Amino acid sequence: MSADKSPEKKGSSPGASAGDAQEPEGPESTVPAQREDLGDVIAVRRGMFGARNGTDTSGYGGLVRTVRLPGGSSRPYGSYFDEVADELEGALEEQDVEPESVIEKTVVDRDELTFHIAREHLVRVCQTLRDDPALRFEYCTGVSAVHFPGDTGRELRAVYHLRSLTHNRIIRLEVSAPDADPHIPSVVSVYPTNDWHEREAYDFFGLIFDGHPALTRIMMPDDWQGFPQRKDYPLGGIPVEYKGAQIPAPDQRRSYS
Amino acid sequence: MSSTSQEKHTSEREIHASEATARETTEGTVYTVSGGDWGEVAAAVAKSDDEKIIVNMGPQHPSTHGVLRLILEIDGETVTEARCGIGYLHTGIEKNLEYRTWTQGTTFVTRMDYLTPFFNETAYCLGVEKLLGIEDQISDRTDVIRVLLMELNRLSSHLVCIATGGMELGATTVMIYGFRDRELVLDLFELITGLRMNHAFIRPGGLAQDLPPGTIDALREFLKKIKKNLPEYDKLCTGNPVFKARLQDIGYLDLAGAMALGATGPILRSAGLPHDLRKAQPYCGYETYDFEVPTTDTCDSYGRFLLRLEEMNQSLRIIEQCIERLAEPGPVMVEDKKIAWPAQLALGPDGLGNSLDHIKNIMGTSMEALIHHFKLVTEGFRVPPGQAYTAVESPKGELGVHMVSDGGTRPYRVHFRDPSFTNLESMAAMCEGGQVADVIVAVASIDPVMGGVDR
Repeated sequence: MSADKSPEKKGSSPGASAGDAQEPEGPESTVPAQREDLGDVIAVRRGMFGARNGTDTSGYGGLVRTVRLPGGSSRPYGSYFDEVADELEGALEEQDVEPESVIEKTVVDRDELTFHIAREHLVRVCQTLRDDPALRFEYCTGVSAVHFPGDTGRELRAVYHLRSLTHNRIIRLEVSAPDADPHIPSVVSVYPTNDWHEREAYDFFGLIFDGHPALTRIMMPDDWQGFPQRKDYPLGGIPVEYKGAQIPAPDQRRSYS
Repeated sequence: MSSTSQEKHTSEREIHASEATARETTEGTVYTVSGGDWGEVAAAVAKSDDEKIIVNMGPQHPSTHGVLRLILEIDGETVTEARCGIGYLHTGIEKNLEYRTWTQGTTFVTRMDYLTPFFNETAYCLGVEKLLGIEDQISDRTDVIRVLLMELNRLSSHLVCIATGGMELGATTVMIYGFRDRELVLDLFELITGLRMNHAFIRPGGLAQDLPPGTIDALREFLKKIKKNLPEYDKLCTGNPVFKARLQDIGYLDLAGAMALGATGPILRSAGLPHDLRKAQPYCGYETYDFEVPTTDTCDSYGRFLLRLEEMNQSLRIIEQCIERLAEPGPVMVEDKKIAWPAQLALGPDGLGNSLDHIKNIMGTSMEALIHHFKLVTEGFRVPPGQAYTAVESPKGELGVHMVSDGGTRPYRVHFRDPSFTNLESMAAMCEGGQVADVIVAVASIDPVMGGVDR
């Protein structure tokens, strides 16, 4: 089973049996976008079955696996994505902003469009996406944070999914911030619904949303130390005895990735 | 102290404000200490009209839907400010998912919003299937059973909403009826999945197993009963002057407010926008079913109540169409043996077990099959790196899942956009300026489930 199988091959599952060879993509194909880069390296994994501590006799300790997320795509993106990208770039140019400085990268993967936005322009982009009649992404489903400790300088990500009820579309914005400077502008002024969502992302990831009306913890107790959903925060737990054997805590168990 | 003596002392206190009086009785001298300047304090308090009290309603309060804490600033009976304190039921499900295989994830997510387990499972599984790129390989029968379970679940969730909402108003008959009818749905769940709640029945790639024999008959029987029972809510509540007086124009949130606050589900539809993901972005083949999305334009709790009643009727329509389609047998798991859970579970004496045929195969004849079984169960399947967002229309609104894979056998990150969480944000907008008693009605019309809010 190949772990590095490129994900844009729709319809082929990892390790799918031979026979579902990929068909040539026609112009109407739903994912015509071409990859221009191999993608972000978010981590380099070594070993397997926990064989990293020098006592490895299995030979799996020498395995090296580079983890890449899908890279940027070039046009045409397919579906309604080109139209959205054109409109957004046009609207930004009207505001005398260079689209290249705002949109760092556009990724089309699994029939989903992702704009990687420079964090200083996030509020402007959201405002444009919401108010431009041709875009009208009037509805934000909140923010989801992701922590990639292996992606130096872009460790923390805030991911926004914007839905347009007018045009029945959905797109994704991704903004990154380094661990050392975890600041991202708040979009509560544009999407008030993000009030709680940003508090949640702050609570679990320590992302500081500048301009948020009251950025406090929402789930964890107010005096909690640390940010529990970061990757370097342990899950915790104690070994449990089951049928005479000691079962280690979930984050101490053998891992295959 | 009798009331007459209290009156006497009150009049006395006005005369000598800070003196203790003494009088002789048959049992000895009795001193009456009138509270000195307390009289002035009380008088001053009675006069002031800007007195505000902060009241913590919950987290342990029968009418706040679980461990929801409402922090109300009240002036007399008027709520001037309302805030929510949440997090009392935070169980770290999103974090825990990162330490289990993709298949084990369903066992966790089913426990989030415990009144809508099948929606949680379906949203999660659709996300995994999208990351795997196997959406096209999901069998028709799988989709039909998923739709069937979701619509039954919509019924049970709405019934709980109406039942608990009625109970909070003191209408205990509605509560008893609601839970009686929910029990009918839970009986079906028990028949189909073996469990009343927390099923983990919908799995990435399909279902844990096919419907057991006798399901269709049980469904028909259920439809007969529920069709007789549903109109009872109409008789009890719709048009009932007391019920209407409590609900009408309470919990008002207009379309602009609902959009800005990201409210979905009955709240958004009660503001007149017929937005339903089953129609807008169909999944599981919803586009092939015949049903309607009811709306009202009252923007209030009463409208939401009526919507939920009508949505239940629409769910019954979908369930009937499902029953017709279930006549065709078919697989309920993807063909791909690298993903499909290796064994159809068969009910053993302990309530669990594997199919004996499968055990005979892997233990007796095929070592390869044993290895694959072992690898798939202990290690799990790998999911290509990338991220996906999938959403389903849960009874409460848009239930979205954002999941990220790093190519491993476990999710790298799963985030649930639970509709209860977002809808609860609109509590302040609905309650401020109203009366304390109306807070209960407004919160009941939001129908938050704290398991989903806090995850």
